[in-house]
Amino acid sequence: MANNKKRFMQGNEACTEGALYAGCRFYAGYPITPSTEVMEICAARLPKMGGVFIQMEDEIASICAIAGAALGGLKSMTATSGPGFSLMQEGLGFACMAEVPCVVVNVMRSGPSTGFPTGPSQSDVMQAKWGTHGDHPAIVLTPASVEEIFHETVRAFNLSELYRTPVIILYDEIIGHMREAITIPGPGEVEIVERRVPSCAPSEYKPYDVQGGEIAPLASYGEGYRFHVTGLYHAADGFPTNNTKLIEEACHRLLRKIDDNKERIWKNEEYYLEDAEIGIFAYGVSARSAKFAVRELRKKGIKAGLLRPLTIWPFPDRAVEEMAGRVKAIVVPEMNMGQIVYEVERVAHGKCEVKGIFRVDTEPIRPAQIMDCITGNGSKPPAPNSKMAEMMVERDMLDG
Amino acid sequence: MAVAEKRIFRIEIDDRLCKGCNLCVDFCPTNVLTMDGNLVVVKDLDACNGCQLCDNRCPDFAIQVFEE
Amino acid sequence: MSTPAEDVKPLAKKKKKVPFNYSPYVRGGKLPHIWCPGCGHGIVLKCLLRALHTTEISKDDIAMVSGIGCSSRTPGYVDFNTLHTLHGRALAYATGLKMAKPKLKVIVTTGDGDALAIGGNHFIHACRRNLDMTILVYNNSIYGMTSGQSSPTTPQGKISTTGRYGNIEPTFDTCSLAQAAGATFVARGTAYHFQELEKVIFEAMMHKGTSVVDVIDACPTYYGRFNKYKTPTEMMEKIEKEGTVSVKQADKLLPEELQGKLLRGVLYKSDRPEYCEEYNKLVIAVQAK
Repeated sequence: MANNKKRFMQGNEACTEGALYAGCRFYAGYPITPSTEVMEICAARLPKMGGVFIQMEDEIASICAIAGAALGGLKSMTATSGPGFSLMQEGLGFACMAEVPCVVVNVMRSGPSTGFPTGPSQSDVMQAKWGTHGDHPAIVLTPASVEEIFHETVRAFNLSELYRTPVIILYDEIIGHMREAITIPGPGEVEIVERRVPSCAPSEYKPYDVQGGEIAPLASYGEGYRFHVTGLYHAADGFPTNNTKLIEEACHRLLRKIDDNKERIWKNEEYYLEDAEIGIFAYGVSARSAKFAVRELRKKGIKAGLLRPLTIWPFPDRAVEEMAGRVKAIVVPEMNMGQIVYEVERVAHGKCEVKGIFRVDTEPIRPAQIMDCITGNGSKPPAPNSKMAEMMVERDMLDG
Repeated sequence: MAVAEKRIFRIEIDDRLCKGCNLCVDFCPTNVLTMDGNLVVVKDLDACNGCQLCDNRCPDFAIQVFEE
Repeated sequence: MSTPAEDVKPLAKKKKKVPFNYSPYVRGGKLPHIWCPGCGHGIVLKCLLRALHTTEISKDDIAMVSGIGCSSRTPGYVDFNTLHTLHGRALAYATGLKMAKPKLKVIVTTGDGDALAIGGNHFIHACRRNLDMTILVYNNSIYGMTSGQSSPTTPQGKISTTGRYGNIEPTFDTCSLAQAAGATFVARGTAYHFQELEKVIFEAMMHKGTSVVDVIDACPTYYGRFNKYKTPTEMMEKIEKEGTVSVKQADKLLPEELQGKLLRGVLYKSDRPEYCEEYNKLVIAVQAK
């Protein structure tokens, strides 16, 4: 482990470093742009630490393997991008249902289908929440810088262990491949959550017994607790049930364990929001442009402010509601054709105007595009390749 | 010296587990078993030679033969 | 000269026949199982439990992983570390689990549809890697749980709900596929030949590397009913007994006599590095640098 040395690294590398820092000792994956570096670095690092790296035959196998390893007691992770993330959906649902902690990284690229593999996008935010079938909990984190990828990856592992659920990290090709300075914390400097294991006798262990709270401790296979895990609706003892009351209760509990704890899962950055008249709600790379736009607008006397969620799911209802009650309008820039904007609209509930800025040409949303939208020049088509816009983004990226 | 011996068997049938598939009846080489409706019953215990074919071909863990 | 009492002694000592006691391995209160009357899966499970008993592996060290389908309900009934996963994906979960806990003896119970159709890709890659695990394919040539559709092992001409006019698709031979993909122990048994089956499952479990046992058994409810087999017994006799030949018998038969018959017994065995051990060697080598 690096000893607090400032290093210059890529977002995908920071993701791996964060995972290893959090105690990840199992990685299964399948190559896919633009996430492959996460896997390649795991392939180099994990054997050295006595961990397990395995390249699986596809993304379906990858998510299943990490769940299998998690039940064997290891903190585990996989990383992928759009097409692979689509393939993983059923496995994600299994991990939700069976309450298997694991971390899935989706470095978003343009889609649908093969789309534009090397181009960034933010079009999987809804899939991350709703991709797998059935009502299920979702924790999805959206870091926006290399350093943040490190810390959010650690947080992802912590949350997955705390709530016994898969946690998704969503970032896009830009920050995945961007290089920035990052200080890796020394051991013990950042809190690491370890799995809560049963303290009862094996004969008394029930893997889904929530008498002691909403989340049952999780034993590992091969340690005397011979328990059963299934993707079927199950009772507290883990065995399938067709008791309608138990099914209803199990579904409610799965959602409740996240819903009741969302205060602890939410994490937002507020930037010039206290006196803002125009709010911007932006996540990931678009939030970087938004931050820049806020500063530029403030210079012009326009009171803009930014709400930037690092937890996009559960959706930061309260923060958005508060913002909606204070501002005249909320602008939502996102690199898709409008996904989170509708969620903002739902929560704003008519308290203010909500306007989306969408972009899908695989170029990032520029600060100028956001500023134009706010100052009323929104009708003007963006000039993505103008020198000015390039410079603005570069500057913004530098001061993150 | 000559020894005459009779082996005695006890057949246990768990009627909660028997699904009445008839496999044990069909495969019994000495015709010990028969069906009573959907349940297997012993009709000729004396004929049992303890081969355990009924047990081994029972998919339902429903029948076992013990030697007394 | 022996006394009369001594003469009697050996007779009195003669071991009484005792049936196998399944109760230490079957989870209390979980029976009856969901399988239909006459389904061969229960017979296979019993062979598996007897074989496991012979291995003397501790129950704590056995993990049973399955996918979806009738066969995949097996783990729910047995007192091991059990994992019932997604359709076709048992081997992927098993791979992760085995790599995380190499001391576990991993057994995968799967069906012809689960292993060879939806899970076909995982099947060949598991064989290729040669992880130490045993794959039992309960092969009844049909999708039972979804009520009788064609599977990759439904013979040509046979009827299913998705092959109403007779299946026109050629079949997979589980064993040839496993061998070609790299499995280092390949065997076939049937529910009818329970002693042989118990023996090959035992050998499969004692083998180091990926072992595959193709188990031919009967689905009277769907395959049998659609294809005019009157009883489970008839299915066992026609399909499992008459439809197969042991490897030993096969040597004495002419090619035309073997036509259309599946071989039983250990069909292939080889010695190739086991994946977990290879990975462990790699870790040691890398850490030494």
